[in-house]
Amino acid sequence: MTREIGGKPAGKTLHPSSPRVAKEIPVGANDKITALNPVGFAPKVMRKPLAPRLDTLDGKIVYLVDCRFDDSDIFLKQMQAWFAQHMPAVRTVFKQISSVYLNDDPATWKEIKAKAHAAILGVGH
Amino acid sequence: MTVEATYGVPVVAMHTDKFDKVVRSVAKVNGMPGLRQVFVPQPIMGKTAAQLRAYIDGTDPITGLPVMREVVEGLTRPFGEEDMGPVEFDRSTPRTVEPDTEENLHRLFLENRWTDMLPIVLPTEERVAAMLAGTRRKPGEVVGRMRSTHFREYWEYTVEKVAVNAVMAGARPEYFPVILALGATGATARGSSSSAVAAMAAVNGPIRNEIGMNAGTGAMGPYNHANATIGRAYGLLSQNGQGGSVPGHSYMGNQGNSYAYNSLTFAENEERSPWEPFHVQHGFQPTDSAVSVFSGCRSTAFTLGLRETHWREHVRNLLRGMDPHGPPTLLLDPIAARQFVDRGGFAKKDALIDWLYDAARMPAREYWDYQLIQNYIYPRATFGEEPWASKLKAAPDEEIPMFRREDIHVVVVGGETNGYWRIMGCNYQKTVSVDEWR
Repeated sequence: MTREIGGKPAGKTLHPSSPRVAKEIPVGANDKITALNPVGFAPKVMRKPLAPRLDTLDGKIVYLVDCRFDDSDIFLKQMQAWFAQHMPAVRTVFKQISSVYLNDDPATWKEIKAKAHAAILGVGH
Repeated sequence: MTVEATYGVPVVAMHTDKFDKVVRSVAKVNGMPGLRQVFVPQPIMGKTAAQLRAYIDGTDPITGLPVMREVVEGLTRPFGEEDMGPVEFDRSTPRTVEPDTEENLHRLFLENRWTDMLPIVLPTEERVAAMLAGTRRKPGEVVGRMRSTHFREYWEYTVEKVAVNAVMAGARPEYFPVILALGATGATARGSSSSAVAAMAAVNGPIRNEIGMNAGTGAMGPYNHANATIGRAYGLLSQNGQGGSVPGHSYMGNQGNSYAYNSLTFAENEERSPWEPFHVQHGFQPTDSAVSVFSGCRSTAFTLGLRETHWREHVRNLLRGMDPHGPPTLLLDPIAARQFVDRGGFAKKDALIDWLYDAARMPAREYWDYQLIQNYIYPRATFGEEPWASKLKAAPDEEIPMFRREDIHVVVVGGETNGYWRIMGCNYQKTVSVDEWR
């Protein structure tokens, strides 16, 4: 695969500085020179759809999904306790992902799709 | 993001506040700028249940709003225009920067964080053309793709882009095939693990001597032009080729890592090694030139030589000092390498690696309690992935291997001023032909 190389830039340029390549031509302090941009090429960003929000969480099932990093399980169980105390009409399910957070986990995502109305994922870093 | 976009389930993602900018940026470049994210204080690790409950009862350190109010509203508040963001935005890379004075251009490169904060050589058209003469490959040919973390998008770079970064590093055209091969690995030298990783690169074959690389005294230090600038070019290419390495945004290494200045780039001392070269172990011929890259360089242990009576215990002690999530690559001065042959009878590197695998053991209860093992290995073990699933069956006091055998490596480097040697905790990535990039 190749990319098109753009046109020749405007402005005065320096000659190669490597002692094995060529001699440097002195450039005045106010002379303008052109340098090439070192940054790579980004992929196009396409917007992905966000899921519609719920009218209310009352009577709904919310999965608390533990990404199994550091002590996120303890954190999410405390969040589960918060829901039980402050929003008892919400049914929460604590669920650990199947492997490490670096791996996709379609089995867990399908379970959430089938059984949950919403999900809280944590704790990312 | 997958649950929200692919499965259509409303999601709130919880993060710690130190990762505010990076996770918002990741959501944006993944096409979901409106993703609902809520923040709690850092750290989660090591906090008690009561302390974590206080996080939940408290406020989001970024917004100042109650955490649980944001969570509930994140799942119930309808999206507005501002949540959806643009469908796409311009991230094109112009070939050149605006012409300016030399001083201003140096300032521009520094302020854009295109450098490693040390002075660079400005990549002018002529200098880049001279670098391009170091390969038969066309300037527009795509060399590879890199990204700083698993969650970021891959950016790609051409032969010309690699040349631009090689010029900036002060490299010479004759080094260019090695730098291109490093780019072709696709393994970034600017990874964004919070554990502050660096890369390491070992060069093998005739190219080492053709371009004057150092495999002897001072090989891993700032004493050889090729070693220094090839490694620096690898780092600059990584940060620029992948679209950035900026603390708080695209780099989250907690302490940083000075190994990253030249990515520990050196030549293996094949001439003085008692064993076959590293690239030959990985499928190349001795007459081939190749470069091997390692990632995750963080921890180092060292000692002097191998004592006659207790060398086994000494090596075991070094291995036990490593985090079990950072497998050992032994960097042996030729004197130490020959001592391993003399003391242990390891006529082949493979025999030494077998012994190291067996020597590096610890009680299962200690192994599984390491935080990085909990984060990265335990979940895989519970998922049934070997060899960790079998390790999980061990009794708490059973001595189990700390590392997988295939993750242990040996490279010979050094000038025999003495028999010092070290262990680098790191992950071998791959070996790539240099000859293909000549």
